[in-house]
Amino acid sequence: MQPALAITDLTVAYHDKPVLWDVDLEVPASTLMAIVGPNGAGKTTLIKAALGLVRPAAGQTLFYGRPYREQRRLVGYVPQRGSVDWDFPTSVLDVVMMGRYGSLGWFRRPGKAERQHALAALEKVRMADFATRQISQLSGGQQQRVFLARALVQDAQIYFMDEPFQGVDAVTERAIIDLLRDLRANGKTVIVVHHDLQTVPEYFDQVCLINVRRIASGPVAEVFTEANLRATYGGRIAFLGHAEDDEATPSRTEGMLKGVAD
Amino acid sequence: MELFADYTLRMVALGSAMLGIVSGVLGCFAVLRRQALLGDAMSHAALPGIVVAFLLTGQRDPLILMLGAAGSAWLAALLLMSVTRTTRVKEDSSLALILAVFFGTGLVLLSWLQQRPDAAQAGLRSFLFGQAAAMVARDVQVMVALGVPTLVLVALFWKQFKVLTFDPEYAASLGLPVRGLSVLLTSLIIVAIVLGLQTVGVVLMSAMLVAPAAAARQWTDRLGVMIVLAGLFGASAGVVGALISATARGLATGPTIVLCLGVLTLVSFLFAPNRGLIWRYTRQAVPQV
Ligand SMILES: Nc1ncnc2c1ncn2[C@@H]1O[C@H](COP(=O)(O)OP(=O)(O)O)[C@@H](O)[C@H]1O
Ligand SMILES: [Mg+2]
Repeated sequence: MQPALAITDLTVAYHDKPVLWDVDLEVPASTLMAIVGPNGAGKTTLIKAALGLVRPAAGQTLFYGRPYREQRRLVGYVPQRGSVDWDFPTSVLDVVMMGRYGSLGWFRRPGKAERQHALAALEKVRMADFATRQISQLSGGQQQRVFLARALVQDAQIYFMDEPFQGVDAVTERAIIDLLRDLRANGKTVIVVHHDLQTVPEYFDQVCLINVRRIASGPVAEVFTEANLRATYGGRIAFLGHAEDDEATPSRTEGMLKGVAD
Repeated sequence: MELFADYTLRMVALGSAMLGIVSGVLGCFAVLRRQALLGDAMSHAALPGIVVAFLLTGQRDPLILMLGAAGSAWLAALLLMSVTRTTRVKEDSSLALILAVFFGTGLVLLSWLQQRPDAAQAGLRSFLFGQAAAMVARDVQVMVALGVPTLVLVALFWKQFKVLTFDPEYAASLGLPVRGLSVLLTSLIIVAIVLGLQTVGVVLMSAMLVAPAAAARQWTDRLGVMIVLAGLFGASAGVVGALISATARGLATGPTIVLCLGVLTLVSFLFAPNRGLIWRYTRQAVPQV
């Protein structure tokens, strides 16, 4: 079957400094994939290059075998929440409806159908009660969920999510994970920049370890190994004997790893 | 005589209202995109364009002068972009530099022009601080002819401009032509600037962009409401200021309008609910339940 995403030989540089070097990545459809690596490893840059937001020095990105230009409608994006000014004068519902702007056509205003879509998405991320709130009155986790809802209304096939769990409490994190599993069950592919190494085996099918170069990528059971993590984090990694027992998390990993990247 | 004065005042009021609405509306985008300083640089940079347009054509027609002004404002914006992109000069430094160079050039050209025995140039100096009383029907016609389409374009591209201003990278990921939309928005801001040349002048024009937007932001949390309010604030300050200066002899219009705007802004910062200082102060004094 054709991979949902295929990146080949991707190299990106800012001011002549390479940030990604010759990265290959293939993600099968209906997969939850984590992108893991220390701060400054190029994870955000990888997503932006795939979406055509930064111009790569070399390389090619294909979505279901075709370039992004032709497949734009298939791709949804959840940026890091720090990337915008949350004091912008607008409401939660309004931000979520932005996800429909691409498919609305040039001069059509968002109407009833778009509102309905947006409210349903807010329901899914448990933010329906906040629909009319001014966005500056949200906590970090709530902002994150608004961005998630905005991507959901795009009704995409492939989602890129940049640290969607940042600042989110444990209960919400569970809810989001359930949501991602629903997406996968519907044949969608979700690529998530993730920081908590402990939860990688539980949450994700596949993982891509990255630090400028791609260290490894593939099924979690195969590539999420101590040796690969050492190679990714350059030895800056602590080994925990046991995870704190969390009833929701079956502690299936012995010798669990905790990233101490910065 | 009475009739003539009335006619002049009506022209002045109409022109200033148009200017106030357009600069209030576009100023919201400039402020929210954090381009207030760019607006200031571009309005100062309009001066050499005015003089050059006059030198080339020998005409004092408002459309020609505005075209010249818009051209040099755009040139300044493009220069700024390429300096920030290709060199390590920080954006604020290059802004200051470009503003100074363009405005300085404009002043030099203006003083050189003033030594020529050419009667028609007499009015050019009023573009520094604005002279509403000098406005004639032709000026107002041009202002309306440029201002109305500008407002129509903002309404047409409303959702694109909104998402572009809030989250440009997301807008790009939706497939919107972000660069083209930015160019359009910047062009519309420049239109707002050149509309103010006659009334407010290049020196204080950036206040006309920033102050109504900042004041309006105090009263609302919705972009649509903010833009309407900013247009109203801009228009009322424009009309009141221009009428005061047109009736009181020798008062430059720009500073008078900016004073009116200052009062409006001060009131907004003090008394607006939620965001106003007094509101916040009393809220702090009362213990929260
Ligand atoms: N716009 C930019 N200009 C210059 N350097 C950048 C820019 N964006 C990111 N970088 C640099 O590129 C590297 C990778 O950044 P990023 O992709 O954000 O890393 P990550 O998301 O893995 O933390 C970092 O060293 C960062 O400083
Ligand atoms: Mg990042």
